[in-house]
Parts: sequence; C-alpha cells; structure tokens
Amino acid sequence: MNPKKLTSLFLAGVLTLSLAACGGASSNNDSAASANDGAADAAQAESMSGKVTLGGSTSVEKVIGALSESFMQEYPDVDVTYDPTGSGAGITGAQEGTLDIGLSSRALKDDETGLTATTFALDGIAIVVNPENAVSDLSLEQIKGLADGTITNWSEVGGADAPVVLIGREAGSGTRDGFESIVGVKDACEYESELTSTGAVIAAVASNPNAFGYASLSAVDETVKPVTVEGVAASEATVQDGSYKIQRPFVFVTKEGAALSEAAQAFMDYATNAQVNELIQGAGAVPVA
Amino acid sequence: MERIAARTGLPRAQSKAQRAERTAHRTRQIARVIERVMNAVFVLCGLVSIAAVALITGYIIWAGLPAIREIGLTEFLFGRVWASTAAEPKFGILPFILTSVWGTLGAVVIGVPIGLLTAVFLARVAPKGLHRLVAPAVDLLSGIPSVVYGLIGMMVLSPTLMRLFSLKSGSCMLAAVLVLAIMILPTIISVSETALRAVPPEYEEASLALGATKMETVFKVTIPAARSGIAAGIVLGVGRAIGEAMAVMMVAGNVANMPGLFKSVRFLTTAVASEMSYAGGLQRQALFSIALVLYIFIMAINLVLNTMLKKEADA
Repeated sequence: MNPKKLTSLFLAGVLTLSLAACGGASSNNDSAASANDGAADAAQAESMSGKVTLGGSTSVEKVIGALSESFMQEYPDVDVTYDPTGSGAGITGAQEGTLDIGLSSRALKDDETGLTATTFALDGIAIVVNPENAVSDLSLEQIKGLADGTITNWSEVGGADAPVVLIGREAGSGTRDGFESIVGVKDACEYESELTSTGAVIAAVASNPNAFGYASLSAVDETVKPVTVEGVAASEATVQDGSYKIQRPFVFVTKEGAALSEAAQAFMDYATNAQVNELIQGAGAVPVA
Repeated sequence: MERIAARTGLPRAQSKAQRAERTAHRTRQIARVIERVMNAVFVLCGLVSIAAVALITGYIIWAGLPAIREIGLTEFLFGRVWASTAAEPKFGILPFILTSVWGTLGAVVIGVPIGLLTAVFLARVAPKGLHRLVAPAVDLLSGIPSVVYGLIGMMVLSPTLMRLFSLKSGSCMLAAVLVLAIMILPTIISVSETALRAVPPEYEEASLALGATKMETVFKVTIPAARSGIAAGIVLGVGRAIGEAMAVMMVAGNVANMPGLFKSVRFLTTAVASEMSYAGGLQRQALFSIALVLYIFIMAINLVLNTMLKKEADA
C-alpha cells in the first residue's frame, strides 16, 4: 500500500473514532444531567469550566483516577485535582469547605454530622489461600486471629498442622488499609511477606501451601482459593447486597445544605451514573448496583 | 572572481592557483569550525554526566534532609521500629541498614571464593575449549536482568529453601543473600581475571623455576600480586549488591524485621522501592532520607574503590 493511501485510511479512522467519541460523550451526558436534550448538553460540557478539588482516602486513588480522567476527557475545561490525605482529612476538608468533595473509604461516624455521604463504589477484599489448603470457610474472628498472630497454626481453624503465613501488601496500599481496618487489625498484622502488587501477593500465595493473603476481588484468579467468609463467597453480587463482610464503601462526602459548584456537581453526577460502572470495575472496585 | 580575473587579463594559471589556494583555505576554515563545534559537543557530553551527578546529589540531599530533621538523626538511624503508616508512625531504619550490611556481607562471603576461584580457573587453569565455554557464560550472567534473577529466586529458590530447612515461608534473608551472591559473581570474576592476567609472567616463571608447583605459584605469587585488582572487583561487587532492589524485593519478604538468616527482611533499597508508590507526607520524605543513607553508603564504597585503584596505579 502506498503512503498516501495509508494516510487517508488513517485520517478516515481518526474521523470515525472522533465521531464515535462525540456520540458517546453526548449520550453519557444525557443520562448524567437527567432531563436536557443531547445537543444542549454537549454544548454545556464544552463550555463548562472550573476546578473540582477532591481529597481524602488514599484507597480510592485508582477509582478516582479513572473517573476523573474520563470526566476531564468529556469536560476538557474542568480541572479535577485529587489529594490523597486519608479519609479523616477528606471528611474534615468537606466539613470546612477546603474541598469541593471529600473522599472517604468508610461510612460516616455518628458524630460526623452536617455532612451528606454518597456511596459511589464498593471495595470487596477477597481472602485467598493456597489451593492445597483444606480450610474453605473462616469467620471474621478467625481471620483477625490469623492476621494478628494469635492463631499460628492452620489446625486451629480446621486445616492441616502447618504454620500460618500472612502475605500482604506494603504500607500505604489501599487494599492493606481496607483489610486491616475492616478486620480490625490495623497496624497489628504479623506479616511474613509484604509485596508491592496484588499480582505478587497472588503468586506468593499460590506458591506457598501455608500462605494466606488478601487481594482485590477483581484480581483473584484460579491459582489461589478464595475462602468464604462466614459462609458467604466473595463476589460482586454478595458485596453489593452486603452479605459479604470484608467490604467497605467508597464515599463522596459533601456539606449538607451547601450548594456544590457547577463543575463539582457535574463530576458527582458523572461518577454516580451507572455508565461509569465499567470504569469502576476496571479500577478494581465494585459498582454500587 | 573569474570574470574579474578575465577582465583584468590576468594569466589563467595564476587565477587557477589562487582558486586552489582559496579552496584549501576554505577547507581549512571549515575544518577548524567543525573542530570547534565537535569540541563543544564533547565538552557538552562530558558536562551532561557531571550535571547528572551534581543534580542527583543535590536533590537527594535536599529531599532527604527534612525528614531526618523532623524525626531526629539518632531516632532515624538507630530506631528499631519502622511503622510508617501507623496511627503513631515510627521511622527507625536500623533494621534496613543492618539488613543491607549483613545481606551484602553474606553475598560477599559466598560470592568471593566462587568468583575468585573461577577467575583463577579462567586466567590460568582452563584449557582453551573450556575457557571458550565458561567465559561467555560469565558474561551472560552479568547481562541477565535483575527481575529475572528475582523471578527465579521467587519461583525456584524460595520454595526449595522452604522445603530444605522446613521454613514456614521461603522468602527470607538467605534467599536474598544467595541471589545477590550469584548477581555479583560476574563483576568479581571479570575484574579479578583481568588483574590475574596482568601479573607479569616473570613472577610466575621465577616461582616455577624455584620448584613451586603450578597451584602454589597461583596462590602464593599470582593472587598476592593481583590483590589490589581483586579487591577492586570485590568492592565493585559490594556496590552492586548493596544497590540491588528488584531481585531482592522479590525474594526477601520485605517485612521490617531485624536481620536474621531465616527471617523476612527489608533492605535499604527495597524500603524505598516498596513504599514509594502510595507514600505521602512525612512517610514520603522519610523514604528520600533512606535513599540519602543508601547514597552515602554507595559513595563511601566508590571512595574506597577509587583510593584502591589509585594505589594500584601508583604501585
């Protein structure tokens, strides 16, 4: 094929793609801003400008990253920033108005009043063991014991007579934070290995018959065995209906009664729309419904 | 010009000579310009590496000092607990420092005898055919990416150690030491071999003439004569071992324990690498401080190496 032909083909492809992108954008907007007609909406997306300041939980980094990236593609003049400072700081930021939207990876406490919480995703963490391990169900209490070193032998929870080896993630990882805070073993885990990726944890658990570890639901594959927690298997459905225990919500925290800026409202509408479910799944979390 | 020459009626030959001279002059001029430009290019290239070193040194000091100031130097260097994300964070890097020191020492203890004897074999003992087989193998060893060492360590070495010593997990200091020992072999072998080959043949001939056997000659004459070169090889190996992150991270377990042969340990390098991706605030600054400590270690090793090489050059 000669270069000219290639170029024109390429251009045609680009045109088709950009047309498709336009179509996608306007239809996304349709549902995001409920009532307006598509054309007006697209125009609004083009013209809207401003800044959305997000901050808070470090665990939501991947999800927020995916959401804000695609949001900014659609609203090119809106700048979304995210400062990972921890759920507590996110909630305080929303309260004090230093953040447009605070991000939290836990539900609000009773004394955190005057705030509205909007769950935009769920985080399900699977407990995985080596396929050779006979244990297939654990209670939250047992998992806690296994993690903090009070249970050191698998025979204590119905397995073979073998030592327990906890394989986890490095300090600062959202999955580690999630596991430790849900199970109640914050900073108390007796790790045997701290690895820097979910894939490495799964590989290590797959290669050591004594091992148990935790991983995002979406990362579990057939080389390891996920255990049921209090009789419930980890799956997207059991996380969504709340029956699987090792999960936590990812929450937008906003100040009650205070109106959001146009851009912040658009971001929230965008992120809580069912159309971004795939993005949320891609980032390793579970969509709300 | 030609036209002027023709009009003024100058003889043709003269104008030809003039032209030739002018061309030569121009060529010389161009050559001089090229010379000068290339000179500048070379100077620039030289400056790039100096600038890089200066930039890295400056940055690592600038980025590493704040956390040390905030934590306190003794607390930082001699603290035994590292809990960077705890509610009350602790930043003591003594476990990392000791692990790096012991781990490197272990790698040297295993790697140096094997490396040195391989170098002797290659330089003095090996028949040509075997040399042609072993030398490229050593070269290849140095070309294998560290992540591959780590992967094999993780998939083969760790499970083997686990079975061999009936450990609960094979990710331990011993695994890291073994991987590092293999990784520093090529450096030690190639530098030592060069040093051994550089020993003047008269030394050995004298020794052999006095009735010493070939092995006596190698160990009592050749190796002592080549010792500063061999030492340089060892120091280079130490530098490589202490700076290795990827392979170690995959086999050492990375828990901030005090060093122990069968314990899961974290090295200085892996301490920086494993937490960097999600770190923030003081934790992040403390990681830069660890990098500063590591940098000082490496610089000290280089200083030792340079003094040694200088001595050798003077000798």
